[in-house]
Order: sequence, then C-alpha cells, then structure tokens
Amino acid sequence: MSSAPATVLEIKNLSIEFPTRRGKLLAVDSISFSIAPGEVLGVVGESGAGKSVTGAAVIGLLDPPGRISGGEIRLEGQRIDNLSHDEMLRVRGRRIGAIFQDPLTSLNPLYTVGGQLVETIRTHLDVGAGEARERALGLLREVGIPAPEARIDHYPHQFSGGMRQRVVIALALCAEPRLIIADEPTTALDVSIQAQIIQLLKKLAREHGTAVMLITHDMGVIAETADRVAVMYAGRVAEIGPVREVVRDARHPYTVGLMGSIPKIRIASAKMHAPLVQIEGAMPRLNAIPPGCAFHPRCGKSFDRCKAERPEPRAVGSNLAACWLYE
Amino acid sequence: MLSRGEQGPPPLLTLEDVGRAFDVSRPWLNRVIEGTPRQLLHAVDGVSFEVRKGETFALVGESGCGKSTIARLIVGLYAPSRGRIEFDGVRISDPETRVATAKLRRRMQMIFQDPYASLNPRWRVRDIVAEPIRVLGLAADQAEITSRVGVLLKQVGLAPEDGDKYPHEFSGGQRQRISIARALSGSPDFLVCDEPTSALDVSVQAQILNLMTELQSRLGLTYLFISHNLAVVSHVADRIGVMYLGRLVEIADAEELFARPKHPYTRMLLDAVPDLEMSGRQRTPVAGEVPNPLSPPTGCAFHPRCPQANERCKTERPNLIWRAEVASACHAVEENRI
Repeated sequence: MSSAPATVLEIKNLSIEFPTRRGKLLAVDSISFSIAPGEVLGVVGESGAGKSVTGAAVIGLLDPPGRISGGEIRLEGQRIDNLSHDEMLRVRGRRIGAIFQDPLTSLNPLYTVGGQLVETIRTHLDVGAGEARERALGLLREVGIPAPEARIDHYPHQFSGGMRQRVVIALALCAEPRLIIADEPTTALDVSIQAQIIQLLKKLAREHGTAVMLITHDMGVIAETADRVAVMYAGRVAEIGPVREVVRDARHPYTVGLMGSIPKIRIASAKMHAPLVQIEGAMPRLNAIPPGCAFHPRCGKSFDRCKAERPEPRAVGSNLAACWLYE
Repeated sequence: MLSRGEQGPPPLLTLEDVGRAFDVSRPWLNRVIEGTPRQLLHAVDGVSFEVRKGETFALVGESGCGKSTIARLIVGLYAPSRGRIEFDGVRISDPETRVATAKLRRRMQMIFQDPYASLNPRWRVRDIVAEPIRVLGLAADQAEITSRVGVLLKQVGLAPEDGDKYPHEFSGGQRQRISIARALSGSPDFLVCDEPTSALDVSVQAQILNLMTELQSRLGLTYLFISHNLAVVSHVADRIGVMYLGRLVEIADAEELFARPKHPYTRMLLDAVPDLEMSGRQRTPVAGEVPNPLSPPTGCAFHPRCPQANERCKTERPNLIWRAEVASACHAVEENRI
C-alpha cells in the first residue's frame, strides 16, 4: 500500500443487506466503482437508492442489523470491509474523513470548536497540544472562517449553519485523510451558502489530493463539483461516467428521465413552459424489487429481456450503463 | 406594459404593509434582573403585494426570510401585527371580522411542505379528503361524499380505492397528492402552497409540479407558491416576489426577473443556482450569510453583503419602487447605479 496506488477507494461487487423478520432486504446489490486521488465522485440517486448506505459501509458505520453480505471495499489497496472494530477506529478519521448533512448533529454542543479539533488531531496524529492548536487554527483559516483566533474558542451554537458546516469540513480534514465521504453536505444549507461550501470542498480536494465521495440527491451540486458521477437506482448503479457525459448525454433511460425531471431556469413565462419530463411511478420498495432490470416497470423503452435478465454495466461511449438497450 | 394594477386580471389577494412581529424576549424575571428590554423579531416587516386571479405568484427567499410566515398570515394561522390583507376585496385580517369572513376563507386552502407530517396517520385517506367536505357541509349524504372523494382522488392521479388505505401506505409523492386532494375538496379558488415539493425526490417533484400546473388550468385556480428553489419557481410562476429578511426586495414577471434581475440580492440568488447545463459559467459566490433577524443591519438589510452598497444604503432603508412592471427596493437601482 506504500506504492502510491492509482485508486484511493475501490469497491467491488459490494452488497449490503438488512435482515428483517420478513426476510432479507438487499439495500445495495453488487455495485462496483473506484475513486482516484484528488477525484470527486458524485453518487446521486433518489431516497432509498442505497447511496448513503454505501457511504456508511465504506466508513464502517453501517447501522445494525445492516451488514455487508458480499464483495469488498479497498482503501489504497488494503481491504477495510473485514477489519475489526479497533482496527477500523484507526482508519476512520485518520484515513477516511466524513461530512454529514446536519452540521449541528455532527458537532458536540458541549465542547468548543477548538477543543473538538484539537482532540481529533491528537487522536490521530502524534503532536503536542500547542502544535495541535496551531493546526486547528490553520484548518479553520483554510475552510474560510473569519477571525479564527477568536472563533476557535466558541461553541457550535455560536456559529451559523454555513460556518458550522465549514467547521465539520475542518474536522474531517484534521488528519489529512486520503478519502472524504461527504453525505449530503449542502442539503441543510441555503442556496447562497451551498454555493460557498461546494466551492470549498472542490478546492480542498484539489489542493490536498483527497478523493471525495460526494453523496447527494441534487444533480446540480454534482454537476458543479464532481469529476465523475455514479447514478444509483434501487441499490444498483444504473450509470457511471464523467459528469459532463452523464449530464449532457445520459445513456440509461433512468438517467435521461432524472435529468429531464430537474427544473431548470428558463427565460420564458411559466405558461410557455413544456411540462417537466416525469418518470411515472416511484422507485420500488426494497421488499418488492422487480426481477431483471429494477427500472423496467417505469421504463418507456423496456422489452422482454429487461423483465427477465438483470443488465450489468457495460461501456457505452465513455460511460458505463446497465441497460439492455446497449447490448 | 402598464404600471401595476392597470392591466391584467383584478387582484384576488392584496397585502398592504403587512407586518408580523414575534415576541422573543426572555422571561419577565430575567428581564427585570438583567435589565434587558423586550425583544421583538420582525419576521415580516411591511410587505405589500397582490396576487391576481388565475395567476401563480411565487415568493422566494432563503430560510428565515419570512415567506412561510406570510403564508400563515394569509390563511389566518397567524394574525398580522399591522397592515391589511384583503381577499376578493374584503378585509380578512381583522380579528373582529373573523366570523363574518369565515365564508370567504373557505375559498382558500393550504398545502404544506411535509406530507409526512400534514396527514393524520390514524385516519384513512378517504376521511382525510372528506373532512373539509363534511366540515363545510358541501355534500348532502354519505353517498355524495364517497363519490366526491373518488373524483378528487382520481383528479390527483390516485385510484378511488386508495381511500381505504392509511397515509403510511403511500410514498412521499403520493402523500403530497393526497394533500392536494384534501386541499381541493373544499372547492377553493386560491391555494397557498408552502414549499410543496421540497421534501420530495426530483422525479416525484416533477410529477407534482406538472399535476399542479394541470389542475390550475383545469380548475382555474390561483396559487401563492412559496419556495426557496428558483428553478422550481421558474417553472410554475407568472410573477415572482423575492424576499430578504422579512421584506420584499423585488417583484417582477417571471420572464423579466430571470432575464433582467434588478436587485443585487436577486442577482446573487440566481448566481447561486447550480449550473446544470455545465456551460462553464463562472460564478461569484457571494460572501457572507443572512444576518441575525433579531438585529438586522441598518438601512438596507442586504448592504453588508452587497457589492453595490454605499453610504446611503447603510443608513436609509430603501422602499419598494415600481417602474413599469418591476418593483425593487434598492438605492442603486433607483439611482441607476446598476
């Protein structure tokens, strides 16, 4: 793992299941992708598509009874899906940082921001208290908190939402991780703040060479931030490819529908607008995933094979699309 | 185009200088001991606009700008601290006239943001949808209620048999359809929609927005549509009001607002919308955040974040000034500086 691998994160045939009294629910069904150093991979999908569960599996924070039922997760070549609790503690925070949706719940309200930063730094790195504080100040400055010398001793409630999310990003960066899992980092924020946080994440990933797995339901955020994007549907990857290709030239019918359903600002009065593209129906529940391609009941282009056989991702142009249309 | 009020259909709803303050003071004993004064939060501060018959008027702004408070003031969930609200020419904002205007209020209904919270989980869907019919006495007997509920459910894309189910058996989008069916069951002509799609996934959001547009043209409804999402608003609105810290900063036709935004805050909001077309448009993220509404900045509330701000903006509060079909509250626009 010292020989600078080409990928930071590699996921191969990962499956995650939730055993319940009425049978096993397959939340993630044999998905594969990888992220290179400095790359931002957007993972997009509707609620219940399995994107957050995938992120949780990578940082080893799957809520029981959820568990990995197959496949492997490799961080810089090393398998991390089968590590013990103690071994995972040394990976999480040190080599993988995490940013969650609600900054208020990811910070401890009883400790100052500086205290939390120093604690995290000293847990993972062998530095003294003074040096840790210096580092914490540097991090706060880097994430754009004005007057960090004064703010470092403030409590989370003294910060606004956007500033809190910046602190969370600083916390995730504490130990210079190789990978950051950002799960809906801007969803709780207003648009004007969202734009600031997106820019910040992008800049930090580039400067530090950190790989980022950006999980969001907002295609706009992905388009602005990600290098590549994976579109998930019902626990599977429907399409994966460079963000430009997926946004402008989607191949999988689900991606096409998803892109069409996003309202875009158009300079015309509402009455002149064509109605939005809509995908009929809703994503299936986990206990009723249709056989074959999970999207076929909602797909306008499905044929017999889609109902019987599950498509695997295959190369279509520069994308990989799991669709029989491209057989 | 002519100036305000001289063209287009007559206003259905008029707000004039409406304000609502909330008392957020500390308890009396603390105030006495610590010598702190009463503290008022002006959630809505002197807002005037009108919604014309048959149009969709959208209010946009970031969280805390007072847009939901306005929705609640209009439907009567809050009483305004000042100003007047008129519906179809009759003043409805007076507590004294509440009884007299009750008939008028039947003509307005509200759709809330979260369909998980706005439907009673212990009621069957048919009872949820039938409640306004029963309360308002719109049907003679049970058979008529049942048939009306069936028609309403069909209208929003559900099956009449769905009436036997409970809300938890439906997905988020279907629940929002139930909310719409319930709102329509009292045969209103005015709907206040407070972020009706922001709790939904995009593909479902598209279904609901299309449904709302279709219902509007079929039933001749008038919408007040509240949203933080400018892209959503651009799809449904005829006219748009932009709010910042409890005040309207700009009102314009949708077309005009997106093509030629006047107020610097509107420009900033438009700039902050993620660029999905990947045109490579360079955007300038605006520094700063919405100030604390308890101690809003002097003068124009936007001046600390505004690139055009000068001395006058810091001291003098701009008023909403109409020019042709566009109103904006900005000294820079008034002085033709931008």
